[in-house]
Amino acid sequence: MRKFLRTVFLVDLLEGLGVTFRYQPTKNICTEQYPAERPKIAERYRGAPRLNNHPETGETLCIACNLCAVACPEALIVVGSERNEKTRRKELTTFTYDTSRCMFCGLCEDACPVDALELTQDFELASYTREGAIWDREMLEEGPKPNRYKY
Amino acid sequence: MADSTFLDSTELVLNMGPQHPSTHGVLRVILKLDGERVRGTECVIGYLHRGLEKIGENRTYAMYVPYVDRADYVAAVSNGLGYCLAVEKLLSVEAPPRAQAVRVILTELTRISSHLLWLGTHCLDIGATTPLFYTFREREFIMNILEKYCGARLTTHAFRIGGLQYETYEGFEDECRKFCDWLPPKLAEYDLLLAGNRILVARMREVGVLNEDDCKAYGVTGPMLRASGVKWDLRKAQPYSGYEQYDFEIPTGELGDTYDRYRVRMEEMHQSARIIRQAVDRLPEGPIMAKVPKVIKPPVGEAYVSVEAPKGELGYYVVSDGSTQPYRVRIRPPSFVNLQALDRMARGALIADLVAIIGTIDIVLGEVDR
Repeated sequence: MRKFLRTVFLVDLLEGLGVTFRYQPTKNICTEQYPAERPKIAERYRGAPRLNNHPETGETLCIACNLCAVACPEALIVVGSERNEKTRRKELTTFTYDTSRCMFCGLCEDACPVDALELTQDFELASYTREGAIWDREMLEEGPKPNRYKY
Repeated sequence: MADSTFLDSTELVLNMGPQHPSTHGVLRVILKLDGERVRGTECVIGYLHRGLEKIGENRTYAMYVPYVDRADYVAAVSNGLGYCLAVEKLLSVEAPPRAQAVRVILTELTRISSHLLWLGTHCLDIGATTPLFYTFREREFIMNILEKYCGARLTTHAFRIGGLQYETYEGFEDECRKFCDWLPPKLAEYDLLLAGNRILVARMREVGVLNEDDCKAYGVTGPMLRASGVKWDLRKAQPYSGYEQYDFEIPTGELGDTYDRYRVRMEEMHQSARIIRQAVDRLPEGPIMAKVPKVIKPPVGEAYVSVEAPKGELGYYVVSDGSTQPYRVRIRPPSFVNLQALDRMARGALIADLVAIIGTIDIVLGEVDR
């Protein structure tokens, strides 16, 4: 009898609608209003690569050891270096990083012995051209500069 | 096609997919139709083939770990676990207890996340639009935990061969506990919304029935097998990564129809939350990485390890020739094997039911095509 009444008065459908209407108040909205509202990025997030400089001297931390290029599964890092005859040390000349092929696995930053190469919290990597996705040393040191539009 | 409904009816061949939204990716199903009835199906796969197994032969063991995440990208962590366990077996090392416990927590979290995605999209296919948004809200919670733990949300690269790369972050345990408390009331809500709805239940009951013998004949594993009444779960049958320490049930169905599979997966989410709570409560202290050489060079040999992925038995067969790169990596994806049973389930069904049947298999085309 009870089941019959439930069926006739569509109780099951109304219960379902009750769940839907319970989420109507605006405090239950969990949609992020990107880009007006910036998302909270976790500290460990693996985003845009960055080549770190020494905070005081401004010189690059990279010792041109080529370990990141060896560790990269896609072989998208090219490290250029030349030997300084005075100090008998390798010095970094060029550094190319192809973000279009990168899968942000983080193996390069794990391989880096001096914390020079790092994947940062920047996630806006879009570019108008394919060449724009291939980052040179300057771009890697300064980081991406996406246009920030006002809303 | 012997038995047609009308004398003058002719067989109609219709393509469903590969760009059909309810085929969950790029699956193409060639349908042989008699009116609305499906008289036969044929799957065309390979639209997402990337040669994952071949890539494995050209990468070192450690380099291949991020690639396996791309097989079943909905539950990337489970793939990583399977591959890491296979290479660890080759190397005869075992991850330390703490690493094993964290692995269990993360894989169970992805199991819930995978099932939530399945629930949302499956019900969306059948016609319930609302649950998708609710399941994505819950899934966001898991995504945030994964992002905070390993720095990526979907293709996580969370595990390394021999253990873990990252120590848990501060508040990891609390967040997992909070999630486990938060999930069951939400699941009850979905049940009210979905299993309480007579239209949805009518669309799921006795649709796509696959009995026990068929399941075994096709090699179907995972929730589909359990919905047919077979109590088979690799976490219990051959425990790996310390699953024997945790107390949980294997939910089973009876009839093996779409509704039973729905029930089994819903119950599995409860059980996963139970495992997470136990694992978090007794998370051991200690190292997170076993002693693994920097250049991984396993001895000549082969290893097969299968884990219970959200979709079924996920196996990794790795052959080593003693060099730094695998000689062969073979992936046994659950979706690919489960998809074989589609024809058996779809014969005689309506086209509208076929959408429900494809959804209930819970396929990920990245894994089917590899």
